[in-house]
Amino acid sequence: MIKESQLVDDNAVFRKVVPAGDYFMEVVKKGQTVRILDLEGNQAADTLFYNANDPSERYSAVDTIREQGNVYLSAGTKLLSNENNVMLEIVADTCGRHDTLGGACATESNTVRYALGKKCMHACRDSWMLAIAENEQYGMGKRDITHNINFFMNVPVTQKGGLSFADGISAPGKYVELKAHMDVIVLLSNCPQLNNPCNAYHPTPVEVLIWN
Amino acid sequence: MTTLSSNKTITPGSVIYEDTIAPACHWSLRMRKGTILKLTDNEGGANVGMLFYNPENLLERYNAPDTLKCQHTFKLTKGNCLYSDMGRIFCSIVEDSVGWHETVCGNTTKDIVNRKWGEKTYQEFNNEWNQNGFNSFLVELAKYGLGKKDMAANLNLFSAVSVDDEGNLIYLENNSKVGDSVELRFEMDTLVLLHTCPHPLNTATEYPRKPVSYQIIQSADVTENDYCKNFRDENGRGFENNEIYHIGGCCHD
Repeated sequence: MIKESQLVDDNAVFRKVVPAGDYFMEVVKKGQTVRILDLEGNQAADTLFYNANDPSERYSAVDTIREQGNVYLSAGTKLLSNENNVMLEIVADTCGRHDTLGGACATESNTVRYALGKKCMHACRDSWMLAIAENEQYGMGKRDITHNINFFMNVPVTQKGGLSFADGISAPGKYVELKAHMDVIVLLSNCPQLNNPCNAYHPTPVEVLIWN
Repeated sequence: MTTLSSNKTITPGSVIYEDTIAPACHWSLRMRKGTILKLTDNEGGANVGMLFYNPENLLERYNAPDTLKCQHTFKLTKGNCLYSDMGRIFCSIVEDSVGWHETVCGNTTKDIVNRKWGEKTYQEFNNEWNQNGFNSFLVELAKYGLGKKDMAANLNLFSAVSVDDEGNLIYLENNSKVGDSVELRFEMDTLVLLHTCPHPLNTATEYPRKPVSYQIIQSADVTENDYCKNFRDENGRGFENNEIYHIGGCCHD
């Protein structure tokens, strides 16, 4: 569902451009709104959320899908934790649909999807591994790297059980906005994938904005 | 009910062990590379929640998104392989009379069970209590030093969920019939966690109590023209990753 934001860029308390291949790991406080902006279009922002006060509580794709009765994420979706608490709610979305089935690229899964020779190419899960290694204050390890959201990615599912990676429905300037219902750690990998036609083999920056 | 085969010679197809998991129960076991876990729905309408871990490195575990993504599928059936997060195949679905197993709806929780079917405590109902899938996995995980952080998206074998054009979930009724079975052939040693609690979207008015029997069967060697290996190009590469993993040192093959 397309829903535009009423927030004004100039009022944002935080702005940061995240280049492809980098990660973003910051706390968003309860009541704050975070926007992820697709600057150049059809970029994938692979994102995980954790309860900042207890990271063992984290975004759960399966609980979110089951409780909203729908596989796609858009405005109105409540992102649930593994304890079925509302962590964030999507309050604005100019893209219309986001994926949470496809997971994140990894060097290992790249070997299966593309070719064994792709094993050393940069991948989202590597960005996350670096993020948890460089941010020891959160006390996180590989066990904390779970199933994510792919903002701006289009992964249609058919009634007969098919699943494909379609061309993106995002475009330059499209965004998704989430209001935090608890203090959350946002862990975003701006996808470095060079093997997927969805981004025309050219990953691009996204911007993160936060409002009080 | 428990049977350990007394056969002196085990050949491909030999049933090594068989047993039944009662309704609303949980268990875990280690499957060896080259054995098949055959699960049978004794009464129809069963559900088996299942998770996989590498016993040599518990950080390697079943990854539902990788499994769906690399095979471009939402449903799981014969031919599909079930992948770890490390690009390897825990097991292949070598036979399946059900046709559709799902892996995106997670488990019942205590709250979901109470909401749908009402609370039945152990104190009052003993073995007829309304156990839930989430707690079942927590118990099995804890036996291996694992916890809720390690509870990845699970399989719900025998249960199917489709979607409409808008992505709304459709729980498929009567997906699994009396006697339906699915066979998982293990391509590496695997720790298997399972429960027989109902699917969280099951529409039954009473808490469904469905036993599932299982057999451990010796598998034939995987050949070059193996159905699962050739089901998709990606699976061929997954099998290659398993071969690489087993270079240099596996003691039992």
